[in-house]
Amino acid sequence: MPEQLFQFLVTGITVGSTYALVGLGFALIYNASDVVNFAQGEFVMLGAMAAIALLGAGLPLPLAAILATLATVGVGLLLERFAIEPALGASVVTTIIITIGAAIFLRGIAMLLWGKDFHSLPPFTGDAPIQLGGATVLPQSLWVLGVTVALVVLVRLFFNRTLIGKALLACSFNRAAAQLVGINVRMMLRLAYGLSAGLGALAGILIAPITFSSYEAGVMLGLKGFSAAIVGGIGNPMGAVAGGLLLGVLESLGAGLVSSGYKDAIAFLFVLMVLFFEPTGLFGHKAAERV
Amino acid sequence: MKTGFWKSIITATLLVVASLVNAAEPIKIGSFLTVTGPASFLGDPELKTLQMYVEDINAKGGIKGRKIELIHYDTGGKAQDAVSFVKRLIQSDKVDLIVGGTTTGDTMAVIPDVEKEGIPFISMAGAVEIIEPVKPWVFKTPHTDRMAAAKIFEDIRKRGFTKVALISGDGGFDKSGRAQVLKLAPEYGMTLVADESYGNKDTDMTTQLTKIRASGAEVIINFGLGQAPAIVTKNIKQLGIALPVYQSHGVASKTFIDLAGDAAEGVRLPAAALVVAEQLPDTDPQKPVLLAYKNKYEAKHGPVSTFGGHAYDGLMIAVAAIERAGGVDRAKVRDEIERTKGFIGTAGVFNMSPQDHMGLNAAAFKLVEVQKGAWKIIE
Repeated sequence: MPEQLFQFLVTGITVGSTYALVGLGFALIYNASDVVNFAQGEFVMLGAMAAIALLGAGLPLPLAAILATLATVGVGLLLERFAIEPALGASVVTTIIITIGAAIFLRGIAMLLWGKDFHSLPPFTGDAPIQLGGATVLPQSLWVLGVTVALVVLVRLFFNRTLIGKALLACSFNRAAAQLVGINVRMMLRLAYGLSAGLGALAGILIAPITFSSYEAGVMLGLKGFSAAIVGGIGNPMGAVAGGLLLGVLESLGAGLVSSGYKDAIAFLFVLMVLFFEPTGLFGHKAAERV
Repeated sequence: MKTGFWKSIITATLLVVASLVNAAEPIKIGSFLTVTGPASFLGDPELKTLQMYVEDINAKGGIKGRKIELIHYDTGGKAQDAVSFVKRLIQSDKVDLIVGGTTTGDTMAVIPDVEKEGIPFISMAGAVEIIEPVKPWVFKTPHTDRMAAAKIFEDIRKRGFTKVALISGDGGFDKSGRAQVLKLAPEYGMTLVADESYGNKDTDMTTQLTKIRASGAEVIINFGLGQAPAIVTKNIKQLGIALPVYQSHGVASKTFIDLAGDAAEGVRLPAAALVVAEQLPDTDPQKPVLLAYKNKYEAKHGPVSTFGGHAYDGLMIAVAAIERAGGVDRAKVRDEIERTKGFIGTAGVFNMSPQDHMGLNAAAFKLVEVQKGAWKIIE
């Protein structure tokens, strides 16, 4: 039994790290604009699908991954320029609805481009499972875990230590005030969308060898990533990662110890409880509405 | 006298014209398929097949001089949409019969309307509950999940195993398949030592498989559709579980082998003969039909799957029934579909009867194993 429990935990962490990676992207755009970008899952899907297509066209994997990420960044920038920016003065809710529309649009384009089949990306460093005590992990899961940790550190440094990062945060707190002190709000918004599209694409490419990808893959990943982000306290990159890991471990333990039929119910019940007792999430800022 | 003569001439002319128009009026075949959404890998080849063969039949002059008009709606796998589309097909499009219903969920949802309106309906979904108990107007072309489960159990018994672990998804096909496995296990002297499930969009099933590993199972059966069974297969290899693995006919497409990669080696499953058409002996009456369909489909749309074959079977059975009925009188067409005998389709040889609205027997399934990245018949 302890051996089984260890495997449940390992599985939970590897699954959770994929949620965390997707959740990070949500945090970034939220920090810049107070908006939850529901097209984040589609960035993840685009990155994976573009990499698969480029690999299929004969490019080596690293080059395909880089080009796919850049292409997704391009899509993120276009989305910001032609969908978000024209509605700059609109309410947060309107902008969120725009992102939902954009998600459906991107899914449609992906379906036309790549069809409806599932596709897979080869793992970066083979698929011989690694023994960890009594449990086994795929090398690809370690990649996901490692990159998640690295990205969290980078994102944190970016927001806390760099001028641009601080300027981005300032935009979300008070757009008018940020503009008054000389921050180019439009530029910051573009930066946020470009960065989170790149982050999403990277997540997609890392996850694709484990979960496969199709034009619809972004829906579920987006949902789980979003749950991770709100459990952890949306806007807090560390929170998104903690939320993702927590969600993954809960799902796995729920399936392992209670019943596999109820595992999503258990995880989402937990999300609801968190929001009920801590509406700002586990690591969120306490409501500090400055008047 | 004179006016009376002209009147009768005009009337006669009108009658002739009217009957000509009537003869040229197209036969309307309605369809509702899951062309987008999670089950799109089923509905997409089905639609392509229907369109391809309707075009083909029309190019050859239609059915007794009447062209076929295909009216189709995409349900996206939502049962409530299927119901409203079927109502639209019957009431405003006024179709003569329906060939459609990609998933068991969609099909079961529309049956009350089909039965109430009394319109022939040939479904392409798998579950046995569609035709059991027999519903007067409902037929289906794919093998049932019960046949699949029976085929799997036969092979397990042959290999001398008795302890079975089941893992299945949460869709309609999965649940119906699970029910059949649970029902048939005792009949074949099998004990079910584990019964796990997963969400069809889940990305990792190692937790469930860890439980199965500890359950003392001798074989693993996975009932599922789409990418999930490929993940299950990969996870089994990842955990180093060396038990024989059986999949259902729901994964009988090249995509499964592509996704699961090396892990798919040695996986066995019951499949329609279409995936192994080339390996059949030349004496097999199905072989020419299968190769003709396969070549025609692949020339236009890429790798063939058994799912499109179900649409071919459904359309051809309907066309033959309309021909025999000499028109589109609903009751007559229904009777003729029920009298389908010896029709060689992609799923097997169909012999329908008032008690059997599918008409396939166990011989229609071949047990195949993945060997070196391809299906191989192992009987």
